[in-house]
Order: sequence, then C-alpha cells, then structure tokens
Amino acid sequence: MQREPEMPVPRSVPGGNAALLSLRGVGKTFSNGVTALHNVDMSVGEGEFLSLLGPSGCGKSTALRLVAGLSTPTSGAIDRHAATGGDSVGFVFQEPTLLPWASVFDNVWLPLRLKGVSRAKAAPAVMEMLERVHLDKFATAVPRELSGGMKMRVSIARALVTKPRVLLMDEPFAALDEITRFKLNSDLLDLWQDQRFTVVFVTHSVFESVFLSSRIVVMAARPGRVFGELPVNASYPRDEAFRTSPAYAALCRQASDVLVAAINSTSGHRHDGH
Amino acid sequence: MTAIERPAQPLDAEEARRLRQQWLERIGRWVLPLVIMILAIWLWDRICVWNGIPKYILPRPGVVLQTLHDDAGLLFSSLLVTLKITFLSLLLAVAGGVGLAVLFAQSKWVEMSFFPFAIVLQVTPIVAIFPLINIYVDNQTAKLLLCAWIVAFFPILSNTTLGLNSVDRNLRDLFRLNGATRWQELWHLRLPAAMPYFLGGLKIAGGLSLIGAVVAEFVAGASGQSSGLASRIIEAGYRLNAPRLFAALILISFTGIAIFLVLSLVSHLILRRWHESALKQEA
Repeated sequence: MQREPEMPVPRSVPGGNAALLSLRGVGKTFSNGVTALHNVDMSVGEGEFLSLLGPSGCGKSTALRLVAGLSTPTSGAIDRHAATGGDSVGFVFQEPTLLPWASVFDNVWLPLRLKGVSRAKAAPAVMEMLERVHLDKFATAVPRELSGGMKMRVSIARALVTKPRVLLMDEPFAALDEITRFKLNSDLLDLWQDQRFTVVFVTHSVFESVFLSSRIVVMAARPGRVFGELPVNASYPRDEAFRTSPAYAALCRQASDVLVAAINSTSGHRHDGH
Repeated sequence: MTAIERPAQPLDAEEARRLRQQWLERIGRWVLPLVIMILAIWLWDRICVWNGIPKYILPRPGVVLQTLHDDAGLLFSSLLVTLKITFLSLLLAVAGGVGLAVLFAQSKWVEMSFFPFAIVLQVTPIVAIFPLINIYVDNQTAKLLLCAWIVAFFPILSNTTLGLNSVDRNLRDLFRLNGATRWQELWHLRLPAAMPYFLGGLKIAGGLSLIGAVVAEFVAGASGQSSGLASRIIEAGYRLNAPRLFAALILISFTGIAIFLVLSLVSHLILRRWHESALKQEA
C-alpha cells in the first residue's frame, strides 16, 4: 500500500500515553471472499479520543467489532493490554439498541444485572449515570416515550454504567438531527473529560471527528485499510465557540483533504469509481 | 358518547370534516354491529312467523331464549365440561408450544429436525386422527385433551419460535459483550422479544382449543362417551329439539367470543407500554 508522501502519518501514540489497545497487521476476510480489512496497524493510547474516519465500506465498523471482540481477525493480532474482557469495554451502536419493553432504568441496569448485581445494589450507579446524561427524571419511562436523542443518551449511559476503560462507538449520532447531534457531541466530551475513559469513535463526518477527537485515523476502502493519521491539535474543553473558530475550520480542511485523498486512492487503484 | 372537545380556534372545513368522521366512526364501531344484529334477529323471528315454520325446524328467537333459561342447569353443566377441556388444553398448548419453541431456539439443528413433525401433526385433520387416539388412550378426559391440544399448540409453537428468532442482532451482540449466559439471553432478551408473537399465537390458539374441544366431543360423543356441549347438540339433533340445539350453539359462540376478548385484553395489558400493535395512532 503506497501512501502519498505529504500525508502526516505518525505511527506512535501522541502525548506519550501508554497504548491501551493495538492492532498489528490485522486483516479480516469474510467467508464470501470480501476483504473488509487489510494489514491494519493502529494503536490507541490511554485516555485518547480516537476517531476512525472514512467512506462507507472502508471497514471502520468491522475494525470496531474486532476491537470489541465481537469478531475475530483473519490475520494479525489485537493487543488489549489492560482493556481485557467485556468488563472494560462499553459499546454504543448506530441505533440506540434498547430493550423496548424495559424502562430507562432497567435498560441502564442491564449490563450490571447480567453480572449479577441486584436492582438495589445497582441503583446508585444507574441513577448517577442517568443524571450524567440528564435523564434522571425519565428513569421509569420506556424507550418509545423518548426522542431519538434521549434514546441515544440512554444507550451511552448503559455503555458507561460499568465504568469501562474503553468506549467503542459505531456512528452513534449518524441518524440524529444536527441540533441534537451537536448537543450530544458536547455532552459526550464532557463525560469523557470527567471520567477519563478512552474512546474509539467511528464516523463518516469530518466535522464531527474534528470536533470530538484528539486524533483521527483516516481509512480507505476496497480493501479497508488505514490511509493516514491526523492529530487534532486543539485543546479541550471544546465548546460551541470552537465550532465556528478559524482553527476548527482549518482542521476540518486538513482532515477533509486526507479523506478526499483516501477516497481517490480507491478509485485510482481500481478504476471503478467516480 | 359525549361530544368531542372543540379547540378554541375555528376549524377549517377539512379539519371539521375529519373530526366529524372520527366521531361517527367511534360511534359506528359499536352501534352498527348491534343494529345489524337486532335487525337479523327480528328478521329471523318474522321469517318463522310469516312462513309458519314449526319450532322443531326453526325455533323463534324467543323460544331459544326461553330454552336457554329452562334448560340452564343441563346446558351450563355441559358448558362447564367443555370449558374444562378447552382451558386445560390451552394451558397444555402454552406449556408445550413455548417449551418446544425454547428447545428449538437453543439450536438450529433441533429445530430443523423436529419442526416437520409439528407440521405433520398440524396439517392432518384431527377427525382423522381421533379413531387412533380412541384406540390408544383409555381415559375419556385425556382423549379429549389430546385432541384439543393437537389443534391448539401449533400456532403457539410456530409464533413463539418465530419470535425467539427475531431478536435484534445488535442486542444479541450487546448481551455477548456483557458476557451473558445462554439462560440470561433467553430470559432477559429472547423471551420478552417473543412476547408479542406468542400473544398473537395465543389468541389463535384460544379459539382453536375451543374448536378442538368441541370437535373432539363430537367424535367421542358419537359413541356416547361425552357430556360436553357437543354431546348436547348431537342429542338434541336426534330428538329434533331444535331450540336446545340453538341454545347450545349460542353458548359455544359466546364462549368463543369471551375467550377472544379475554385474550385480547391480556395481550393489550402486557404490550400496551411498548409494542407498536398496542399503541394508539397519534394525531
């Protein structure tokens, strides 16, 4: 895989943090012959907010499922170092994926309940998480009584209730309207800064990835591979003012250029697109 | 039925028409069937009178009602026998249907191996199977129960199996991520997810278990072994006692309606908070 020379491709984890997760030469080929990932090297530092940015079909969701342990790699290895087992991984799907028959409380309780924690024992942790996502007044509501954004908040609360070290998010806000998405972006950053977990965030939005992440890994499709990496050199906390700042615009431009190059690299190799 | 609250603002013609339409539909839902029913009964009565039909051919509605009252002791004790078979067989159908469905859900192999047997049992007419049951089973109640059960268990089995297998893939991944055991996945995810399907099957099975019970009594009653409503009907038929025949028929009909309404209510109460089917259309 040839990389264009002007692309910034730092291989080490920035900030000197210890790697919490690393993928070495990871490939995934499905039984139907489709190669979803090819020779992916990537590492995620402790406390990092890493975005996987790429066009659809670049294997970013597959990479996330591999990291979560929901799927096994065909080749290469995944080191989970400290972040082992289900205990330390929280997963947020593209859809809220709630139990429709269970109340908001019961939905957030679920991961603890599956580990044998009783309702009474779990209540403080569940209520604290609900407060963190501003849904403590909706503990007894069922999912259908909530808006799309609120459902996603429940989903995030459920993923964080076990205090995982790593939060994996698969395009969680893609189906939401922009106003709700912006609000959830800010709230997610607040949570991340407060609780210092590590995030791997899959998205196809340049603007979202720049706003949220400390580092962006850009992926290209056919076969899915890492195309380049881009540190987002802007300090936290980032608020709504950051969205309209020149620094944000410049970073978006930078990320957008890498993404466009990634997309072009696919059509250039295969002569089958655009 | 009181008038619908009118909003303060004046309505345009379209909204006013829609409001009136809604109001009419709400009243019509109850009033129309009642009116038609009363009309039909009145017509039945008139036909008897106009044509001078004797009561052993077609009794007037009033005579049927009188018989229902006079023969109440006999008819209701028979109804009780039929109801006992109906509910026991429905109970067994729930246990058997759900039990087998859970077994099928544990492994695709089990489902593939045994589902065809369930279908064979379902598609073979019960009347054709009964002579065999009559040979193999001695106990009268057991005979009838087995018959009604064969008729009623299939919708529960097939619906519950479908429900247990239609769980959202992401939710299953979530359970896997949290290290859920097979039992936890079944109890906290698959069974609740299958609930709407199961309740749909239960509604069908409720009616079928009554039909199964009556049919079984009919076949058994032909040899004079049963005391349920079906045997009252056969007996009344032999004696040209048409009023009692009608009275028994009405009792069976009302029992069927009652079973359907009760099961619909149960289904509504269980699903009303979360399932699409039980939600009111919002304006």
